[in-house]
Amino acid sequence: MTHTLKSHYDVIVIGAGPGGLAAAIEAKKHGADDVLLIDRDLELGGILLQCIHNGFGVETFKEDLPGPSYAQRFVNEAQTIGIEYLLDTIVLEVTPDRRVYTTGARTGFKELSAKAMVFSMGCRERTRAQIRIPGPRPAGVFTAGTAQRWVNVEGYMPGSRFVVLGSGDIGMIMARRLTFEGAKVERVLEVMPYLSGLSRNYVQCLLDFDIPLQLQHTVKRIIGKNRVEAVEAVAVDDQWQFIPGTEELIPCDTLLLSVGLIPENELSQKAGVALDPVTAGPYVDDGFLTSVPGIFAAGNVVHVYDLVDWVTQAGRTAGKRAAMVVTGCCNPEPAYVPTRAGDNVRYVVPQRLDPETLTQEPIMLQMRVTRPLEQSVTVQVTDGDTLIAKKAERYARPGEMVSLTLKGKDYDAVRKAKELKVSVVPK
Amino acid sequence: MPQPYDIIIIGAGIVGAMIARTLARYDVRILWLEKASDIGVGATAANSALIHAGHDAVPGSLKAEMNVKANPLWDQLSEELHFAFQRTGAYVVAIGPEEFAKLEQLLDRARQNGVPAEILSSEVMRQREPQINPAVSGALHIPTGGIVDPWGATVAAAENAVLNGVELRLNTEFLDFIWEGEKASGRVDESKIQNPKSKIVGIHTSAGDFYARWVINAAGLFADEVMHKAGVRPEFKITPRRGEYFVMDRNQLQLNNVLFPVPTAVSKGILVTMTLHGNTLVGPNAENIEDKTDVDVTPQGMAETWAGGLKLVPGLKQRDIIAVFAGLRPAGNAPCANPAVDYAHDFIIEIPAEVAGFVNLGGMESPALTAAPAIAARVVELLQGAGEELREKAAWNPLRQDRPVFRHLTREEQAALVAQDPRYGRVICRCETVTEGEIVAEIHAPIPATTYDAIKRRTWLGTGRCLGGFDMPRVVEILARELGKNPLEISKKGPGSEFLFRQTKEAAL
Repeated sequence: MTHTLKSHYDVIVIGAGPGGLAAAIEAKKHGADDVLLIDRDLELGGILLQCIHNGFGVETFKEDLPGPSYAQRFVNEAQTIGIEYLLDTIVLEVTPDRRVYTTGARTGFKELSAKAMVFSMGCRERTRAQIRIPGPRPAGVFTAGTAQRWVNVEGYMPGSRFVVLGSGDIGMIMARRLTFEGAKVERVLEVMPYLSGLSRNYVQCLLDFDIPLQLQHTVKRIIGKNRVEAVEAVAVDDQWQFIPGTEELIPCDTLLLSVGLIPENELSQKAGVALDPVTAGPYVDDGFLTSVPGIFAAGNVVHVYDLVDWVTQAGRTAGKRAAMVVTGCCNPEPAYVPTRAGDNVRYVVPQRLDPETLTQEPIMLQMRVTRPLEQSVTVQVTDGDTLIAKKAERYARPGEMVSLTLKGKDYDAVRKAKELKVSVVPK
Repeated sequence: MPQPYDIIIIGAGIVGAMIARTLARYDVRILWLEKASDIGVGATAANSALIHAGHDAVPGSLKAEMNVKANPLWDQLSEELHFAFQRTGAYVVAIGPEEFAKLEQLLDRARQNGVPAEILSSEVMRQREPQINPAVSGALHIPTGGIVDPWGATVAAAENAVLNGVELRLNTEFLDFIWEGEKASGRVDESKIQNPKSKIVGIHTSAGDFYARWVINAAGLFADEVMHKAGVRPEFKITPRRGEYFVMDRNQLQLNNVLFPVPTAVSKGILVTMTLHGNTLVGPNAENIEDKTDVDVTPQGMAETWAGGLKLVPGLKQRDIIAVFAGLRPAGNAPCANPAVDYAHDFIIEIPAEVAGFVNLGGMESPALTAAPAIAARVVELLQGAGEELREKAAWNPLRQDRPVFRHLTREEQAALVAQDPRYGRVICRCETVTEGEIVAEIHAPIPATTYDAIKRRTWLGTGRCLGGFDMPRVVEILARELGKNPLEISKKGPGSEFLFRQTKEAAL
């Protein structure tokens, strides 16, 4: 960077992935003059930079782009409108009054402050420990995202014969990527009776490349002291218990884990942001304001999305609202209405909303269902017995987010509601 | 014949490290061998990280004596060598009325061992640890208990030994002894081993032969095999006793005490304890196994450990588990030297009468970590008793300089360090806040860290929530750069555990 860094900013955004980029751009566009974007990596773009497959931008640009191309559009815009950024820099701490401590090899140690902040730190992958796979601890047990970085960014193959545990999107995408690179992917195992990622990834990454998917199967044991030599796969029943006699030894040198993502909120916790135990992300309102005044959160740090386009949209909303804190045109004490997960809904984001927002713009409620319904379903919002809004979907699957948008016409009903109970039920 | 050493030490766990560090004070030439690619990878690598008071050891046993002697040494050791140690005190927690009755016996045992202890009421225990099982009926408080970083202590002692002239050779496996009069062919004359005064003059190793006047067996899990090669204690057997552990996320669970259950006959039981890194540790169970390299975690072991943890702290949540591991205790079957004491799992620390030139240690299970400095002092006494003069070196330096640990510094100190060396400004492991500067310093330390796990043990990188998912590619890159190697050669824990197989098609073009 050629300019001199200030010590105080209107808006500081942590994390330059799709959520952070969109938030920074939108904050600047809505009247925040000094906007700073901080990222620990060497370039802007976040995890999109290692997602060299396509499938990004269908909602946002009506185009099907690879991850780096999708990111580049926002990077170009951020640079054009004069957003400042610190790269190769990590945020050590944010205080509840928005002092920010950062360190970087090229940027040094800094103390900054901001009128408003957007947290967009993304998420991390669940590990072997979290699913407690038995066996020793050899090299060759990697999360799918770590393997993705090695292959797509560093240019190295972390194995030659793979088993993938978990049908998360990164796992399926890596199964195809590794096949392109000449590796053998023996199997994708999924403990649940349904896919945990997107159906399109099952078709495009597994089916098209003859990679078998075994539902209700898991790894009973890892074998190999120095390097993985095999895994013992096993079928499980509906209670996730191993079914004796179904064990199968699959020789391989690498086990890739694609068993879920966890929002990264260690900084949020230090800043005093209250977290929802179900999403593991901050409680947010319809503008993605957290429980701490002036601190917003957007993207996978709030809850794990299925499509980048929704992350961008969340970032835009959070950035715009952060700018409103700076320009002083936000309602300081909204009369919030809480949302609540009803039938077959695991969680709803936002967890509370300001009905007055509906006089300006629609509010999208986003949710994950608890169990799959392979039939027409109704997504509905009620207050007690009163139906406020509903829509139809062809099916509901845990791997794919469900959304419902409240509009201006719902204003009166929402304003009067004690709570908004959201359900996804068979039609 | 190459220039002989005065002393060869076999094994670089905590016991070997404390012996090396203690002997380095004297004017003797020491060769120290370890078969693995790093020090501290056996029993030292995975245990409860406690400095025991000695309340629990069988009165009259060598274990009790060594434990009680060693416990007060740790304050000075940690100050001289700069590793993490904290005298926290410990509690043996009784759940329900039946266990409360046993506290009196434990108090009596502590008194016999000369260990200060007191019985606390359930109310006091609940105050001191609000997360304790509400069914707590009382507790034995042992104020001299403590917690330690066992990896840090081993590295620090080893480094101090090396800087004081001890020659450490990694990747060097003991194969057999060389006996006085043995032919260069290396074949041992079996009849000599039967000879009551046969003399060891050196050892055969995977890296060649080395000669010395004394060989010290500090081989931990493999100490029985080493002593059998010396013809000593053929009935002694080490049974690896596996223990499985959970590490809990410090952001989700804050525990500020060391909590033991009321012990069983074979072990101190499954404890729930704070650690020096802030994460709560739960474990270990105790399972006798055959394979001395089997550190598998198992469904049964994990279930047992978890149940044990819940007994003390019912609020433990599985979603807060960030790591699972297993360790092996080198449990021996040596009877107590005092015939009046009925105990068959004592330490062995001896110069056996039937072999000259051999200092024999065995059964180094808990409390061997705690006892290590006293064991080392006993080895010195034994050597002196056998006629070794052991003159102190004028140049001996008891101090080891510490290296900066970024996360332990104040914000001002961090700023100053980054200004002085920008590599300390680049955070590689974000969960544990470990910087490139710390990693590079360990790669170029007196005992260089050359594998991922070696760096992990020294910096605690990769021990947090993501288990290294984010740092691994970057650490491989740094190791390759600093060691002048190809990334394909970088391994997790030595040959055969390399991370990468080849370049991608495009990268290889």
